[in-house]
Amino acid sequence: MAFERRNLIRWMLGGGFTASLISFLYPVLRFIMPPATAEASVNEAPAGKVQDLKPNTAKIIRFGTRPVLLIRVGETEWKAFSAVCTHLNCTVQYQEARHQIWCACHNGFYDLNGKVVAGPPPNPLEELTVRVRGEELVVSRHV
Amino acid sequence: MSEHDVSSGSPAANGGGIAAWLNERLGLDSVREFIAHKTVPVHSGTVWYYFGGITLFLFVIQVLTGILLLLYYRPTPNEAYESVQFIMTKVQFGWLVRSVHSWSANLMIFFAFVHMFSVAFLHAYRRPREVTWLSGIVLLGLALGFGFSGYLLPWNTISYFATKVGTDVAAGVPWIGEHLARFLRGGDDVGGAALTRFFGFHVAVLPGITTLCLLLHLTLVQRFGISSPPQVEKACRERGVPVPQMPFFPNFFLRELMAWYAALGILGALAALFPWELGEKADPFASAPAGIRPEWYFLAPFYTLKLIPSHVWIFDGELVGVAGFALLALWWTSLPFWAVKAGGTLRTRLVTGTGVGLIAYLSVFSLLGYWR
Repeated sequence: MAFERRNLIRWMLGGGFTASLISFLYPVLRFIMPPATAEASVNEAPAGKVQDLKPNTAKIIRFGTRPVLLIRVGETEWKAFSAVCTHLNCTVQYQEARHQIWCACHNGFYDLNGKVVAGPPPNPLEELTVRVRGEELVVSRHV
Repeated sequence: MSEHDVSSGSPAANGGGIAAWLNERLGLDSVREFIAHKTVPVHSGTVWYYFGGITLFLFVIQVLTGILLLLYYRPTPNEAYESVQFIMTKVQFGWLVRSVHSWSANLMIFFAFVHMFSVAFLHAYRRPREVTWLSGIVLLGLALGFGFSGYLLPWNTISYFATKVGTDVAAGVPWIGEHLARFLRGGDDVGGAALTRFFGFHVAVLPGITTLCLLLHLTLVQRFGISSPPQVEKACRERGVPVPQMPFFPNFFLRELMAWYAALGILGALAALFPWELGEKADPFASAPAGIRPEWYFLAPFYTLKLIPSHVWIFDGELVGVAGFALLALWWTSLPFWAVKAGGTLRTRLVTGTGVGLIAYLSVFSLLGYWR
């Protein structure tokens, strides 16, 4: 009888302690995980003027909060890709001599269609559309 | 209470001055007694016993210089780089304090590795020191955590991209990876929230956990004493003599003190002759520069990730890399549990082979990561 009572008290104390611990830890765990912020959906962004880039050169432009690589392939041909390497999140750059996109972090190469040609990136770069409106360039997501 | 009771606690009443007064209240006699009987084994490998102390000494320097840097550092993307620049160019001896902090961090990790491998090769992890080994491995992991979190704080280009890569590696952990990466970054990408978090980890979370682990590690070292290598124990047993010992105090302590002075000399020379550079301010909308690489102690995994193709059989290459590092770390951490056979025989060759293999991998891949 005494043993049962002791067992009951042990369970109650243990259960109470565990419940208290959970009630302390749960808010802490929820607190340390950052809240999901709804990123303003950007479908189009200005990319500067046509004359800002010479053929076979590139620059990084802002597309909302993301970097985008804008490449002037030829006089009238433009390309734009997400500048975030699909391997480990580094920002890529255009290699003029090789006519390829290069990630300096782990030596990944993409061609001018965004496809992986060498190195560890697992997926192609997301391609965006470039439009010329007069003298202005506009980059937008593929519909 | 009578006047007599009150005066009996004064130094004069005890007749021994301040030391006796303190002894009565703190029980210093027992500490003195403990130190008087503490000994250190003397053999051809005794020199390796100094490296744990050197690592501890460098950790103390880290704490002291870190506190000094805290007086000026500001953990926001708009001010972090400028505040470190201010420390290095305007604050008197600021360049030296920051350089000592950076160099001692690197030396501390180097000597922690030396200490770990010396413990493995001297087989000091054997029963009953398994928990001492485990607490040491946790401390090494915490030291790497200090390095990773502190690296971002100057908010320069190299540190920014190293953190992007590092947190993305964390995202590759199966099931919990995305949550882990979000927890580390404080959001979807490396930005102001990540900087604030890393600052919090670096100056509050990690120091708190490290202090507890360090206390446990040092308590266990005192509890079980310093281990003699099995071959020394065996040779002495065959000759019917005990393993030669030297008193910890003053003999070993004064030698350790000289080792600390030597470490301080090396640290001072490196900090003064090769001041730690600040680099360019991080720009989230700039490409990762050519030649980008992490700190030397992350070079081996960095180069390995470079070599692994995008897909290995049906698995993602990054996942294979992360799994490989995890298995390697687990294998090494569990050393005390596979190093000794059920009958008590030591797997000396396997331990030495694993240790040498690990050193070879870390050295070769770090050098390749640096040069290529």
